[in-house]
Amino acid sequence: MTSVTDPPQGSFRLSMLLNDTRYRSYTFQFIALVLLIAFMAYLGVNLVRNLAAAGLNISFSFLSDPAGYDINQRPIEYDSQSSHLRAAMVGILNTLIVAFLACVTATIFGVIAGVLRLSSNWVVRKLMSVYVEIFRNIPVLIWIIIIFSIMTVAMPAPRAFRGDNATSSMLFDSFAFTNRGVYAPAPVIDGAMGWIVIAVFIASIVGIFAYRRFATKKLYDTGQLLPTLWPSVAMFFVPTILVYFILGRPITLDYPSLQGFNFQGGLHLRGSLIALWFALAIYTGAFIAENVRAGIQAISKGQTEAAASLGLRPGRIMNLVVLPQALRVIIPPLISQYLNITKNSSLAIAVGYMDVTSTLGGITLNQTGRAIEAILLLMLFYLTISLLISGIMNVYNNSVKLKER
Amino acid sequence: MKKTAFIGALTVAGLAAGMASAGTLDDVKERGTLNCGVTTGLVGFASPDANGVWDGFDVGVCRAVAAAVLGDSDAVEFVPTTGKTRFTALASGEIDMLARNTTWTFSRDVDLKFEFVGINYYDGQGFLVPRDLGVSSAKELDGATVCIQTGTTTELNLADYFRSNNISYEPVPIETNAEGQQQYLAGACDVYTTDASGLAATRAAFENPADHIVLPEIVSKEPLGPLVRHGDNDWADVVRWSLNALIAAEELGVTSANIEELAAAPTGNPEVNRLLGTEGELGAMLGLDANWAMMAIAAGGNYGELFEKNIGENTPIGLARGLNAQWTDGGLLYSPPFR
Amino acid sequence: MSDNNSVAFVRTETLPQLPPPASQAGAVKWARENLFSSIPSGILTLVSLYVIYLLVAFVGPWIANGVWNTDSLAECREVLDGTTGACFSVISERWNQLLFGFSYPVEHYWRPGLAFILLFIAAAPVMFFDLPRKLLIFTGLYPFIAFWLIWGGTIFTPLFALAGIMVGYLVYSRYVKDSFAMGFFGGVIAAFIAWYIGGFIVGAIAPEEPFLEAVQSRNMGGFMLNMILGVTCVSLSVPLGIVLALGRQSDMPIIKWICVCFIEFIRGVPLITLLFVANVVLAYFLPPGTTFDLILRVIIMITMFSSAYIAEVIRGGLAALPKGQYEAADSLGLDYAQAMRLIILPQALKISIPGIVNIAVGLFKDTTLVSVISMFDVVGMIRGPILSSTDWNGVYWELFMAASVLFFVVCYGISQYSQWLERRLATDHR
Repeated sequence: MTSVTDPPQGSFRLSMLLNDTRYRSYTFQFIALVLLIAFMAYLGVNLVRNLAAAGLNISFSFLSDPAGYDINQRPIEYDSQSSHLRAAMVGILNTLIVAFLACVTATIFGVIAGVLRLSSNWVVRKLMSVYVEIFRNIPVLIWIIIIFSIMTVAMPAPRAFRGDNATSSMLFDSFAFTNRGVYAPAPVIDGAMGWIVIAVFIASIVGIFAYRRFATKKLYDTGQLLPTLWPSVAMFFVPTILVYFILGRPITLDYPSLQGFNFQGGLHLRGSLIALWFALAIYTGAFIAENVRAGIQAISKGQTEAAASLGLRPGRIMNLVVLPQALRVIIPPLISQYLNITKNSSLAIAVGYMDVTSTLGGITLNQTGRAIEAILLLMLFYLTISLLISGIMNVYNNSVKLKER
Repeated sequence: MKKTAFIGALTVAGLAAGMASAGTLDDVKERGTLNCGVTTGLVGFASPDANGVWDGFDVGVCRAVAAAVLGDSDAVEFVPTTGKTRFTALASGEIDMLARNTTWTFSRDVDLKFEFVGINYYDGQGFLVPRDLGVSSAKELDGATVCIQTGTTTELNLADYFRSNNISYEPVPIETNAEGQQQYLAGACDVYTTDASGLAATRAAFENPADHIVLPEIVSKEPLGPLVRHGDNDWADVVRWSLNALIAAEELGVTSANIEELAAAPTGNPEVNRLLGTEGELGAMLGLDANWAMMAIAAGGNYGELFEKNIGENTPIGLARGLNAQWTDGGLLYSPPFR
Repeated sequence: MSDNNSVAFVRTETLPQLPPPASQAGAVKWARENLFSSIPSGILTLVSLYVIYLLVAFVGPWIANGVWNTDSLAECREVLDGTTGACFSVISERWNQLLFGFSYPVEHYWRPGLAFILLFIAAAPVMFFDLPRKLLIFTGLYPFIAFWLIWGGTIFTPLFALAGIMVGYLVYSRYVKDSFAMGFFGGVIAAFIAWYIGGFIVGAIAPEEPFLEAVQSRNMGGFMLNMILGVTCVSLSVPLGIVLALGRQSDMPIIKWICVCFIEFIRGVPLITLLFVANVVLAYFLPPGTTFDLILRVIIMITMFSSAYIAEVIRGGLAALPKGQYEAADSLGLDYAQAMRLIILPQALKISIPGIVNIAVGLFKDTTLVSVISMFDVVGMIRGPILSSTDWNGVYWELFMAASVLFFVVCYGISQYSQWLERRLATDHR
């Protein structure tokens, strides 16, 4: 009976392309490929015909023309005579800035809310549920606009800080909350000396990690438990502060002050940045809270009880037993939330934050009329970022995958 | 024919899909409505009232064209466009003409391939500041925060002006006039800049217009006019001469009040007769009815009437005619002869 | 110290039960355990209570003093006379614009309203499995009814669309016994032929004055537009998502590759760039002279967007099925189409439903993005016509609160349903 499945050899008929499972997949793939190519060709031909009819062409030479417009938040040198490409670069950096800030903040909000949702405290638990439900179920665009409106409508104008009968005043004489954003003191690094201080600071942070690793190794090798908390704190502060004063305080703070129409100096966080940053952080934080909660709940209670029966203190149970396992569940959705933040940061256009959607896909597109090129570049940028992040996620997933034996 | 049938099938399959043939004029006639691109809302020029009926100076131009082509000034679909979407809407054929206070510039005409059919408002970019800011000249605006609409020529003019005067500013980009107004009123920017007519219109919508002044500097030339796609000359002619008919009507003293009377029988003025179709065949040359111009003028009145009704000195916007007076009154409005 | 009096006291009757100590019962015990179980917890409780107090003290009077019947913001501020209070009159005056946009004919508001109510009836048999299956017939008819109600025009358009699908189905059921592929493609072709012919007939017999006056797509707006986009795109993207997911799981490399590229591309770019494409670029890729409604272009792009996400959810469902199911199907001698249709997909879809619902909620929220491309959905209405009108210039909170409430009610409702469903499905699989 084994030879029944063996089809007769050598007599290939055309109908086998449809009826024989060995060849049918080739037929389907061929049809699909032909359809795809035909569809692409159709779009291409239409494009060419439309462009010819309108007398337009596809060209990226506009990227090197002067942009002609100004951008308020410039992480790199830029003025209105810089090229459109430079404007796009500024936009990309602004996108990355707001995405980074929002990711960090959303993680903090999310972890706090997620842990507190599991708290034994009834009020806190309910409050966090309300937070999560409210923010998850209202579109992020509305949150961005609401926070932006709070920034512009509810905050005082710089004018209110002026004069003897000013209605507003600066917090600690260093922070000004205005409807144009928040002005904060900015550190000014004074020459090489300042950089030495920073180098020392970085070195001490590296030192803390090295010490902790050493302590762990010592614990495993000899069973001797070295104290880590206080040495770490000391290493964090002491060397930097010492060097700072020895070198004669080379890092100073530049305080904002009201000059002319605006506050000058200091660090200016514009209302649009703050609106986008907080809206994304709070909105995504609600989703992260759910991920964190699900991650912690996924760890079976037996793990905690087993750890407790080994005599571990609650802090160590969390650090050594629960968290390492929960993170495996939490991190993949967390990374896709980061991806969402990056993509949602394109909503900057609603509040006039000059990210890449607003520069390349907004003003540059409007001023040059190069819609196809600009949107193509814009999509390529986001696609690159997404593929990078998902690449990182895959590497991580592989590294934490349960080794099945 | 085959194509229409396929479109018919598409209609059945889902939503209506229009089909444009070679001429926009034929399309408009076949469709029975004119698709006219306007702003998303600028009081006096184009804004929907509480019932969703569009009204304004630019809207008047759309209605005049609709009346000339279709004989019905209400046969207009108003398509709100932003600074970003307006040109693609026109290029893709979503709208037949754009009447959205758009500045006629070289690159828009030549590089973007549009056809500006005329100028319905001579404008220039100005600055609006609160009175208590204590500023009397734009040169004093060093370090100020300026609200600008993105995607407009004002953005580029602003950069040029501040650059050539060597003063700094902080731009706050905004998408629509409504947002600009909110930002400015909340004090999030010291200055709001756009075309002077837009500033007047914006200011008119304020609770206390007197608290705000328009600075004397006009930093650019902004000839605003309706535009159509490049390459469809028949349609461009229709829009161009509908606009010219409005301008000529004012010059010739044809108003919505006396037009019935003047059009009833040939008058002593041959140009009025040609304009109103009681003499000659100007309408037929355009592919329209003989009384096309009469319909266009009767739709909302001549240029002067439209101006007075929507943005003139007796309206909250209160614009003087200025450059937009007839050439006979020292302005720049000058319609080529109807001959 | 004598033995005489050593007669122990012996109680002869039981004492009545005492109530538990105050610290171990009632509100006090509950508060101790749930609010003040430790010092940090106590501090948290106090902080939370303070936050709640602040919120209530801030929002309470604002809502309580709300003014509902003025004609403009200035008038409302006059009525309030400096006290804290909301100007809800913007909502009572403009509610119709928030819900239906500013150009939908007022006398026809009942049509989208009715369509909205019917939506519940149509959705019920899909959402609750216990309902009689016959209701699914109405679900199938619903798209045509809703289209006719909302857009109006001649009833023959949806009728012939339906007829086309019927013809397609007849052809499909005639040939599916021979081969699924033949039935499927035959059905699709038959449907198109029917539509093609129907297009002529509708054009010929359409009455001048249809029973329901036709409304242009352009006139759709407000929350209605969000609902239309959300419901249409989700229902269109589920079948598309199934196809994409099957394609991605397929053994055929070219088909797999096409699906992977499509899915990863769509998931890699923000929705807003796709909307820009719909708004700005798509026209260049259509045959010269063709113009679609903007709303149709947006529906196409959003459908592509959500189908990629739904495909990933369904792929998860397919992967979660035990391999034995696939093998069982093979061992029964079912071919691919039969195995998928009869064994794999019913189970995989059931597992994926909560995920699909989550995507649907996200998508529904994302429909607000169309306001960025100057469509007047509820956010677009607020930011455009309402806030720029002279009467209501400066009313933010009331309007955004209204929009938030609308979205919250819908999204929270759906997510509660999703959780209920998850619990229910979980018991099914125990």
